[in-house]
Amino acid sequence: MNALMFGWEFPPHILGGLGTASYGLTRGMSQQADMHISFVLPRPWGDEDQSFLRIIGANSVSVPGRGCIEFSGRYPDNLLEEIGNYEAVASVLARQLDFDIIHSHDWLTYPAGVTAKYLSGKPLVIHVHATDFDRSRGQVNPTVYNIERRGMDLADHIICVSELTRRTVIEKYGQHPDKVSTVHNAVEPLPHPEEFTKHPRKDKLVTFLGRITMQKGPEYFVEAAARVLEKTDGVRFVMAGSGDMMTKMIDLAAKRGIADKFHFPGFMRGKEVQELLADSDVYIMPSVSEPFGISPLEAMQVGCPTIISHQSGCAEILTHAIKIDYWDIDAMADAIYAIVKYPGIYRSLSEMGREEVNNIKWADAGIKVRQIYDKVLRR
Amino acid sequence: MKNICFCFLMHVPMQLRRYRFFEIGQDHYYYDDMATEEHLAHLVSVSYMPLLRALQEMIRLSKGKFHCGLAVTGTSLELMEQYNPELIDIIKELVSSRCLELVAMPYAYSLAAQHSETDFEAQLVKHADKLNYLFGVRSTTLFNTELLYSDEIAQLTYRLGYKTILAEGAQHILSYKSPNYVYRSIAAPKQSVLLRNMDLSDSLAFHFSDTGWPDYPTDANKFISRLQSLPEEENLINIWMGADAFGIYQNAATGIFEFLKALPYYALENGIGFLTPSEAARKSKPSDIVSCPYPMTWAGDSKGLSLFEGNDLQQEALQKLFAVAERVHLCQDQSLKTDWLLLQDANYLHHMNHQDRGESPFESAYDAFINYMNILSDFLQLVEEQYPTTIDNEELNALLKTINNQEKEILKLQTEIKALKKKK
Repeated sequence: MNALMFGWEFPPHILGGLGTASYGLTRGMSQQADMHISFVLPRPWGDEDQSFLRIIGANSVSVPGRGCIEFSGRYPDNLLEEIGNYEAVASVLARQLDFDIIHSHDWLTYPAGVTAKYLSGKPLVIHVHATDFDRSRGQVNPTVYNIERRGMDLADHIICVSELTRRTVIEKYGQHPDKVSTVHNAVEPLPHPEEFTKHPRKDKLVTFLGRITMQKGPEYFVEAAARVLEKTDGVRFVMAGSGDMMTKMIDLAAKRGIADKFHFPGFMRGKEVQELLADSDVYIMPSVSEPFGISPLEAMQVGCPTIISHQSGCAEILTHAIKIDYWDIDAMADAIYAIVKYPGIYRSLSEMGREEVNNIKWADAGIKVRQIYDKVLRR
Repeated sequence: MKNICFCFLMHVPMQLRRYRFFEIGQDHYYYDDMATEEHLAHLVSVSYMPLLRALQEMIRLSKGKFHCGLAVTGTSLELMEQYNPELIDIIKELVSSRCLELVAMPYAYSLAAQHSETDFEAQLVKHADKLNYLFGVRSTTLFNTELLYSDEIAQLTYRLGYKTILAEGAQHILSYKSPNYVYRSIAAPKQSVLLRNMDLSDSLAFHFSDTGWPDYPTDANKFISRLQSLPEEENLINIWMGADAFGIYQNAATGIFEFLKALPYYALENGIGFLTPSEAARKSKPSDIVSCPYPMTWAGDSKGLSLFEGNDLQQEALQKLFAVAERVHLCQDQSLKTDWLLLQDANYLHHMNHQDRGESPFESAYDAFINYMNILSDFLQLVEEQYPTTIDNEELNALLKTINNQEKEILKLQTEIKALKKKK
């Protein structure tokens, strides 16, 4: 089985969860002996791990009449132009390469997938890692919506990363439920989990980590922190990351009078992230709308008890995490208080959470994707 | 001659209200009275009342030949007195017919037998007094919470005067002994141990309306012939279950009440009688010894305590709760003592199990734990205010003794003075 995949991000150069998921899924799928994946990226950097798949740089494909096109590989202001160029590259690859199925990751690559489908006659599967409804808290950009909608309409099958996303796709994009499946994301096992240990410290650490934007619900975290600090001492709060709501959050923390216990260390990457998670007593992700949300799983890997919102896709597959509604600051504060005060629940979430997450494997997700391929090809 | 010994358990836990951590130290009321009342009303109308009425009818139609046992926790009796006194009246009538035996229990639906001997003992006394006060009876047959039983508990309860104890017929624990005999405990050879017939009890409580069950549909005639097919010498069949099996697990539409009402006729027709638990123990000679070094209950598949104390959450809750047992005993504050009993309810621990949460109103084991621990924290603070933990138990005990003795001493001296004054 040869799959032609269109993606936008791939580690180590990633900007969000899409790259991590693309890597995990393809790696998981590559464990099937007859699975060959060609992964098209706008602009590879050359240091990607190519041991289990072939990476094709869109910027090194010669398009008739235009030659090789430059790509930023990011999310530039002329994103739509870049999407169009990527589609042009896809039309070349669709004729050159030999493949059985096309698989497009997220809306940026849907047009490329659709074009490849029309030129090759091969079926198209699109993978919805997020929709514009998640990104915009309902203020949908019509251009983006139209690209998403067209991709979904013309796809042979749609894979969503959670039931939550699946419902959005069915309800907001008018797709037939039979055409939409859920394949939950997984998490790559840590090569050396013992590397990350918790340092003894006087104060308990409660951590929020991610883009400080509307979608992630940072203001609810600040409010919950204020509630906890009203009642108890010896707890510190960390909001790591950056984003357009950061200054507002700093103001809010000051207004609540908790700035001395509320810290903003800025953007973190790589090992720093795991180190902070391993050192934290609580990880919290109060997202207003999260298609999946891989970071709670990463926190659980290093044994950090985790609180997530019901509005996060990963809540569907986790038992040993505390789930609250993102707006329910009382419940959130209560959960934080419990974890820092009652050792039984800390231990249970830490140990059983780690065990649970170690059993969520990309290879299993890969098998589910393969079953979908088989089903689509049989038709 | 074979006999059936029925015993029904009635217990209504207080529903805990949502209690957030910022209420700790501020609000000392932990219950959702509306939810409890609603739950009780539902139980009474679809299960308890129809069941007790059915028992009345069975006794009347069998001309007093139908006998059975009933176990009701003290905390539930209090609720019934408050909200549904008609239940108390009907139990009174049943008791006075001498066909229904009210068996002894701990006052609360508690696992104290496992965690605090003194508290367990106090609860048994309190429950016995309650039964005596309401119904004028005392029983020496014990139905412990969840049928919790072990050699140690046998020994303890025998010492406290219980001649008969009911236990689960968990054959894998009791080296595959048939439950259809009376046994003696290895730890208390004079105490009779009755074992629940798991298969027959569960086939009614859980599978009566289960179309996939091999015996479906069960009718009274068929059920009695099943008993008759048991070996001749196995002559006691203990069928015990939560009373809510009638009307809740098996709703009225399944015909469970009609089934029950038809039983005495078919049984007596076929020479099978009915006994109360105490009668059952008196009537047959103990056949063999049972040994049960580890706690056994009727809960879950493991039949141990894992449903209630198998994980870290439950362990912490239990340990923190029972750590103050002695202190609560020393104190005189009535509301504190009431909370102490209510908070021991095994259902709250059950709700903290990850796999099987019972009838939990909480969305997860963690949620149940958080709520319970917040309540417990407040309760522990109140206990602490009465007797600070800086004084250890023994020291405190000694101090209290001195204080109590002082009063007695003063009283004694006063009477002496009076006597002397009179002499003058």
